[in-house]
Amino acid sequence: MAFSLHGIKVPHRKHTADMPAERMTAATVTIPTVMHIGKPATPIVKVGELVKVGTLIAQQEGYVSSPVYASVSGKVTKIQDMLLSNGSFAPAITIESDGEMAQDESIAAPAINTKEDFVEALKKSGIVGLGGAGFPTYVKFNVDKPVDYLVINGAECEPYITSDTRTMLERGDDIRTGLEAVLEFIEIDKVIFAIEKNKKAAVTEMQKAVGDIDKVQVKALPTIYPQGGEKVLVYHTTKRVIGNGKLPIDVGCIVINCTTLAAIGSYLKTGLPLVEKCVTVDGGCVKEPKNVIAPIGTALKDVFDFCGGFTQEPQKVLYGGPMMGIAVPDVNVPVLKQTNAILALTEKEARLPKATNCIRCGTCINTCPFGINPPALATAFRDKDIEGIKKAGAEICMECGCCSFNCPANRPITQTNKLAKALLREVAMKEKEAK
Amino acid sequence: MENKLHVAASPHIHSGRSTQKIMLDVIIALLPAAIAGVVIFGLQALLVIAVSVVTCVLGEFLFNLIIKKEQTISDLSAVVTGLILALNLPANAPVWQVVVGAIFAIIIVKGLFGGIGKNFVNPAATARVFMLIAFASLAEPAFPKDVDAVSGATPLAQLANNQLPVLKDLFLGNIGGAIGETCTLALLIGGIYLLAKKVITWHIPVAFIGTAFLFTLAIEGGNIEMALAWILSGGLFIGAIFMATDYVTSPATPFGKIVFGIGAGLITVLIREWGKYPEGVSFAILLMNILNPYIDSLTARKLYGGGKK
Repeated sequence: MAFSLHGIKVPHRKHTADMPAERMTAATVTIPTVMHIGKPATPIVKVGELVKVGTLIAQQEGYVSSPVYASVSGKVTKIQDMLLSNGSFAPAITIESDGEMAQDESIAAPAINTKEDFVEALKKSGIVGLGGAGFPTYVKFNVDKPVDYLVINGAECEPYITSDTRTMLERGDDIRTGLEAVLEFIEIDKVIFAIEKNKKAAVTEMQKAVGDIDKVQVKALPTIYPQGGEKVLVYHTTKRVIGNGKLPIDVGCIVINCTTLAAIGSYLKTGLPLVEKCVTVDGGCVKEPKNVIAPIGTALKDVFDFCGGFTQEPQKVLYGGPMMGIAVPDVNVPVLKQTNAILALTEKEARLPKATNCIRCGTCINTCPFGINPPALATAFRDKDIEGIKKAGAEICMECGCCSFNCPANRPITQTNKLAKALLREVAMKEKEAK
Repeated sequence: MENKLHVAASPHIHSGRSTQKIMLDVIIALLPAAIAGVVIFGLQALLVIAVSVVTCVLGEFLFNLIIKKEQTISDLSAVVTGLILALNLPANAPVWQVVVGAIFAIIIVKGLFGGIGKNFVNPAATARVFMLIAFASLAEPAFPKDVDAVSGATPLAQLANNQLPVLKDLFLGNIGGAIGETCTLALLIGGIYLLAKKVITWHIPVAFIGTAFLFTLAIEGGNIEMALAWILSGGLFIGAIFMATDYVTSPATPFGKIVFGIGAGLITVLIREWGKYPEGVSFAILLMNILNPYIDSLTARKLYGGGKK
């Protein structure tokens, strides 16, 4: 590629890449009604009701939303508001397992003949973007014009995480089924399966699994963070630029995570909605790091216990990778649909050095994939200068963390960008209200 | 026990890069030039270096103490300032003058503007200019132990009289001048170290020295030997490698750095050729430091997708 976006080298720490995923069960699960971008689903079960694996327990609310299904068989014991990592509250449904893991009788492979059937099936499947964002997948495919590129995201550029790698190594069949269905019902010109070069086995495996399909090109991309960022990946695979506030579809592209595609394939085969998730369990505090397939709603604590528990008290526990993951307040929060890793970091790993004066080294400016000017942004944010914040590029910040990672002064750069973006949203809301 | 977890915004890991490590690398990179200076000019040079470094560190320490600011001397930037200033002074500089210059650098230029990262001009370069103007005797350089100071002249003075110094002496530093500026070889070793450690990029030094070379070559009517002698003389290499690359006072982007380097190279030669002073490197850096905010904003990176909605 003649020109690539800037980025950084991060430590890989992919200790679990060679470990096949192990399936676990849970005695109790607590399933939030919002594990996606959009409106929370509405609970349709009552306390005391008996459910089975795959029973609908909360129905989709509005266009951008997703239904929620029971991940164990047993009794609903509690429906209670839960604090979500974005700071809002939504109901969560607690189910005590009867240990049977019996499937709901209604479960059967969906009959699909048209594009509408396909989109409807995706809607019912409860599948959301499993790379971490949780955008309802059916919305992505509900397009009314031909798509130039389907970009399958197997980059997995975050340190530690190997759950996508495991999906690619273990679920080639599901990926193929999913891809064939997508190509059958959605008009797509080309498919690029993008994987970072450091995952050689995954590249080979995907070449075997889908490389023979006409439109498909399996592409090994340079290992540079944040290769898996949607806009970054689209640019590096198609050279198309997704502008400020635009979606991939605006430039004729659909981006889908490889695990999401596998989930589609598996749903089409069995009709069992998204009720379990492969998560990488790692970090310096975990006794036996591994990949675990856990029922959605399993408390992180139970997943860590499945991995032998902690060797030492963790300093931070994360949903997702260390670059963009979310620090959770306690280990009783559940595994979500879009959870791809849970990490328990030691004090050394989660080093929080003290911020000192900016020495204007320019590292943040030169490593930002999108050419944002963080020092100018910070100054504008301090002055509450809305135009300045926009001019510095806050709106296109994807919060990848490159700027903070290499900052010698340990400035909270990414964090400032997030606050600046929040300020922009607040101002936009006020303007809207004023009108 | 569960509520002991630390909650903070991502990213949760850091590369471990720090201001202190960067400054330590700069100090390591300056050591060859400092050692060469002591070998060439004798223990007198060591005294100047020690006085300058100690004054800078102590000055910053006391300044922070008086204005009740958190101590910053552990970031080692004061050591770097003291070291660079000393290497820009002749070995025979009077101790009291070194002390005054170091205090000027660390308190007037750096401290009063808010400390590390806030000074808009390079402390060492500014202090050198200040001392050159304030203490006329400093314009008369020290000479190596084995060179006869009476019959000798600095290479810049020789060049001004159209004499060609021995290029090998210029490269190895066996000539009159400031402590750390004469041994080009040592400076290059330091520069390569900084490049390898990714503390600096090639843009400023190459643009600075390259421009100075080409401009001089044009003035000298294409005489490559004369042009080489000009760029190997005076403080061009120490200025281009160590002072013009100061993060705080130079542009952030590669393009900005090249503009900065070209500007500094042009001004250096203009002063050397037509100015009152034999040497123009520090003046050139100082002037470009002042232009830096403009260069920075004119050479800023473009936002991905133009940033437009």
